[in-house]
Amino acid sequence: MPLRRDPSFSDPDRIYNTIIDAHRGLSDAESLSLNAGLVLLLANHIGDEGIVREAIAIARASVMSMG
Amino acid sequence: MTAAVDTKFAYRRSPDQERAHPAHHPVVIVGAGPVGLVLALDLAGKGHRCVVLDRRQGPSEGSRAICWSKRTLEIMGRLGLADDLIRRGVTWKTGKVFSGTREVYRFDLQPEAGHARPAFINLQQFHLETHCVAAALRSGLVDLRWGNEVTHVAPSATGASLRVATPDGAYGLTADWLVAADGVQSIVRRELGLDFEGQTFNDQFLICDVKLLIDRPTERWFWFDPPFNPGQSALLHRQADNVWRLDFQIGADADRNEETRPENVAKRVKAMLGDIDFTFEWISCYRFHCRRLSRFRHGRILFAGDAAHQVSPFGARGGNSGIQDADNLAWKLDHVLRGLASEALLDTYDAERRQAADENILASSRATDFISPKGAGARAFRDAVLGLVETEPFARAFLNSGRLSVPTAYDASALSTIDGFAPHDALALRPGAAAVDAPLGNGWLLSALGQGFGEICFTREPATPRHDAGLPEIRSLVVTDDLACARYGAADAPAVYLIRPDQHVAARWRRAAPEDVRAAYRRAIAA
Ligand SMILES: Cc1cc2nc3c(=O)[nH]c(=O)nc-3n(C[C@H](O)[C@H](O)[C@H](O)COP(=O)(O)OP(=O)(O)OC[C@H]3O[C@@H](n4cnc5c(N)ncnc54)[C@H](O)[C@@H]3O)c2cc1C
Repeated sequence: MPLRRDPSFSDPDRIYNTIIDAHRGLSDAESLSLNAGLVLLLANHIGDEGIVREAIAIARASVMSMG
Repeated sequence: MTAAVDTKFAYRRSPDQERAHPAHHPVVIVGAGPVGLVLALDLAGKGHRCVVLDRRQGPSEGSRAICWSKRTLEIMGRLGLADDLIRRGVTWKTGKVFSGTREVYRFDLQPEAGHARPAFINLQQFHLETHCVAAALRSGLVDLRWGNEVTHVAPSATGASLRVATPDGAYGLTADWLVAADGVQSIVRRELGLDFEGQTFNDQFLICDVKLLIDRPTERWFWFDPPFNPGQSALLHRQADNVWRLDFQIGADADRNEETRPENVAKRVKAMLGDIDFTFEWISCYRFHCRRLSRFRHGRILFAGDAAHQVSPFGARGGNSGIQDADNLAWKLDHVLRGLASEALLDTYDAERRQAADENILASSRATDFISPKGAGARAFRDAVLGLVETEPFARAFLNSGRLSVPTAYDASALSTIDGFAPHDALALRPGAAAVDAPLGNGWLLSALGQGFGEICFTREPATPRHDAGLPEIRSLVVTDDLACARYGAADAPAVYLIRPDQHVAARWRRAAPEDVRAAYRRAIAA
């Protein structure tokens, strides 16, 4: 099963803001740590190296293209 | 510091130095570190003479390697040295990892019983070498030449020639086979103009051995970000003779001359252990590398140990893997020297031990990257793991303070016969893997294997006759003990294993005819 790229949440604004809210009041360093923790928890939950690699490739390409 | 002058390491003039023409020897080993010495002992055990050249005239400096793995001890057991080393060293199997002052994780490297050798012993490298030197001298077959520095090496189609500098001047030697076990700075590698490439880690580590009396368990203690070394890591480990290894990460920009001054190191020791009395045995500062030669065999010249590959110490993979190089090389060289196998067998030394080096380099670079993360992003992930590890089981698997040395299974080896077991059946003992020990009556399976090839029939049926391939090179045994049968996947149905002289599995079957075993044997010697 490839990485899902179409919307999967019925209320996308709510999950987006839930993630944003989690960063409220954190320093940049703490934000970075929070994100790292989230990535690890979610990657472990997904448990599929191929999916995680695919997500990394897409996210990294988008960062590079913003260069 | 190290012991007074030890005559075992004294330079003695060799009759070869008197000759007008270079003397010739079948096997010359450059370097009497752990790897050169184990190789010489293993060859001696198989009846071969060799010359070992080392420029030192005394035990090697400092402790360097302290952790010797179960597999190393099993190899030492085959050479008759394991009991002495275990008695001399301290045995351990558990470790703790701290984040700040909190214990976040503990591990046990040998949770099950039924192995002759412990998971690890800690013993200063020079003690291990001294035991090997004594055994080499006892063998009467190892011509150990201290104060002999190799300065030039020239390969030829039939061997190699060497120039050796001694306190009495230089002399020449020729050899059919030359083994370069001359460490990280290998002169043989430089003389052949070979690349030694890989990764260098910027962080520096201050390492000291201190002698003191404290009452602490013999465990490996590793700290991330302890109060006595903020933002950095530290390691504490016991060795023999009340000596403790302390290891402090000090960062890329630390001034090594300042850091290694005893008064400055003393402050660190006291910050770690409290206001105690101690004496220094050794102080050193390292920047670590992970790299290897692209090939370990160059015609009649073979590279082993640090001369062939280098890893960071997290995981204790340097010396242990070097000793496994020797273990792999000795029986192959023996077969070639005795004319039982062609030189092609030595290409499998290169293939198998390169695979092992890659595995060790990967494991130790990953550990080093975890311990000293490069950049803020990597550090955030590391810190996230430390933050989650106490409550989240999945994070324990990510925590990496060094993955300790285990033997490599030679999965793609040309010497292995296609697995006769069903997929996933007793995977730990698949062809290529190192044989696992188990109790037999009042002995041990690995000791029963001896020095050559072995064919073992595991069966719960006591009346089973010996399965015999009818070849004098293969000794056969029948094993009926429960635990051994269970470990080898023979609890419910019998199994036949062909084991190589280095105790790795060459082939296994549920049932095997003598022709199958003979064919597997021929394959295992690259015939
Ligand atoms: C701080 C530290 C901690 C470590 N901890 C561990 C550990 O816990 N466990 C582990 O397994 N490994 C550990 N290692 C790695 C281990 O020390 C090495 O992998 C091991 O010494 C390699 O053995 P060797 O025989 O290949 O080389 P060496 O031990 O370096 O021996 C090479 C020999 O060759 C000789 N020589 C060199 N040049 C010449 C020449 N031109 N002519 C003649 N002789 C020459 C030298 O005198 C030396 O005796 C550690 C290393 C360091 C630095």
